[in-house]
Amino acid sequence: MMLSGWGRYPQQECVLKTPRSEADLRALLSKGPLIARGNGRSYGDSAQNENATVDMRRFNRMLAFDSAAGQLIVEAGVLLKDIINCLLPRGWFPYVTPGTKLVTIGGMVAADVHGKNHHRDGSFGEFVDWIDLLCGDGEVRRCSRTQNAELFAWTLGGMGLTGVVLRVAFRLRAVESGWIRQAILPAPDLGVAMRLFEEHASATYSVAWLDCLATGAGLGRSLIMLGEHARVEELPEDRRRAPFRTPLRKVRNVPFDAPSATLNRFTVKGFNAAYYFRNARRGTQLVDWDSYFYPLDALAEWNRIYGSRGLLQFQCALPLASARAGLTELLRIIARSGQGSFLAVLKRLGPAREDSLSFPLEGYTLALDFPVSERTLALMEVLDALAVAHGGRIYLAKDGRMGAETLRASDPRVPDFLAARQHFRTSRFQSSQSERLKL
Amino acid sequence: MTGSSVLIIGAKSDIGLALAHKFAAAGHLVQLAARDAAALMATKADIELRYNAAVSIYELDILDTLSFEPFVDSLPVLPSIAICVVGLLGEQAVAEQNLSVAALILRSNFEGPALLTGLLANRFERRGSGTIVGISSVAGQRGRAANYVYGSAKAGYTAFLSGLRNRLATKNVHVLTVLPGFVRTRMTEDMDLAPRLTASPDQAAAAIFDAVATHKDVIYVKRVWQLIMAIICAIPERTFKRMRI
Repeated sequence: MMLSGWGRYPQQECVLKTPRSEADLRALLSKGPLIARGNGRSYGDSAQNENATVDMRRFNRMLAFDSAAGQLIVEAGVLLKDIINCLLPRGWFPYVTPGTKLVTIGGMVAADVHGKNHHRDGSFGEFVDWIDLLCGDGEVRRCSRTQNAELFAWTLGGMGLTGVVLRVAFRLRAVESGWIRQAILPAPDLGVAMRLFEEHASATYSVAWLDCLATGAGLGRSLIMLGEHARVEELPEDRRRAPFRTPLRKVRNVPFDAPSATLNRFTVKGFNAAYYFRNARRGTQLVDWDSYFYPLDALAEWNRIYGSRGLLQFQCALPLASARAGLTELLRIIARSGQGSFLAVLKRLGPAREDSLSFPLEGYTLALDFPVSERTLALMEVLDALAVAHGGRIYLAKDGRMGAETLRASDPRVPDFLAARQHFRTSRFQSSQSERLKL
Repeated sequence: MTGSSVLIIGAKSDIGLALAHKFAAAGHLVQLAARDAAALMATKADIELRYNAAVSIYELDILDTLSFEPFVDSLPVLPSIAICVVGLLGEQAVAEQNLSVAALILRSNFEGPALLTGLLANRFERRGSGTIVGISSVAGQRGRAANYVYGSAKAGYTAFLSGLRNRLATKNVHVLTVLPGFVRTRMTEDMDLAPRLTASPDQAAAAIFDAVATHKDVIYVKRVWQLIMAIICAIPERTFKRMRI
């Protein structure tokens, strides 16, 4: 069937397998190259393989929760959403969450996802205690920091190329409520935005929504959003008795693919400016966890807003030393291109994980969406080159079009990853992305 | 209904699993019965964790009719609701030529389910309350060349449930017959099913859950099947026998 990532680009005819058991999975191993797929939320072609794309969503059972250690053991196809629904009412929240809860835990491992607290807590892998990995030889290996440690490290951020993640044990954070105390700080330009990130390095969560069409003195104009898990006594009195009861959000659908003319320089510019000025005055407020972490989940299939050709997300990370200069150049080029983007997200990242292909590195990450067109595809190449020139790298979970040379130029860990692939005999595991990137 | 127990017979099936989730989420104690029940350990852990529910699992072979009475006696509590999801489609072409394959299909879809639900119905009658749910099939409404061995067994089960309902109508025992139509399960995995006629296991479970609560007698999971089957049943036999549907 036709498969694509969340960006709906590139689309590809793939054989989709839906195993129910480890025996089913093992049988697939002998039939040529394959890649595991979770809920299809990576943007590009990381989770598709023409020969066999293995839908892991039937491995969706939660196996055990140890409330003393906060450790949850799940099968890889469990959705983060189900975990939150199950454990938040009992006072637990994932330590690390990406911007959507509609991801599988296996996918979170494969992309070593990060969240708004990366600067303080690191990526998802920091909280993974062990992984049961189905390897190319058909054996299931328990991988942790002490057991099969090298395989464990390469699996975090390894985009499913080291094996099929079967089970994961990871730790959650104890929280007192389902509410986030959010503070919004307006930053009229990039310099102020970066200064605010550094000043608020101790905030649990920080992220900036950036108006990437603002130019000149307003280049990098953004809203920094800080967040803390609200303690019970910080809630209004009428909420204290049921601190985990938050309003149920209604999920709406995007009923059809928006015509490509909907997104243009003027509509997006207007939206971004209105968003900035409306929110800049908000100050501190309590926000429910769902609206705070997953604003876009309330709009099912929001990817259709970008039209039938799909969307490209550009996300790079730039090291601290060159971040200011790199971001300035990137933003100038993006603003000049006038290519629409609703969402531009800027975020301070903490230290990198050196022994894996994990994306984050100490510095700043910028992410923004573009509708697919020849022009935006060409623009991406320019942005790639700029990011690489500033010592940056591109997030594989968002990529569906980067060249193999760009990857090698941006990431010195590639040769070690290839060596590990050879050592652990992982050639069975291939995605369209890994073929394109010659991984 | 909350806090009462529900017994799901054939719990490893996709509809059985979906029902277990649905009833556990609504606060029921869940009893899961299946062959090779040890394979349900992970499911038990999952449902207990997700819904803070209590789940027990029982070994049961639907072909071992002699085990039914000891099985029902061994249940720590007689359930309020018993749902039989057992079914075996089998291969029609093989069943036409091989008596033991045909017998297996007939026994799996009729003999076992009918005897077990009948036994549970008697216990419910003695207690003076309970709900029996039998998952039968639209295939039982008219025999077709494509699957009449399976269909005739389901026809038998449908008639059995209908009689049971008639007998127990004044005894405070509710009997629900479910005619699912196409459902995306292991049974239909390799079939090319029209999406508009096909329900997911979750949809089937939700429809059954509602029908239990509202004391329905016979339901289709998707309404459109009522129309389809009315048309199929209205075709004169003289014409029908030459059709290939």
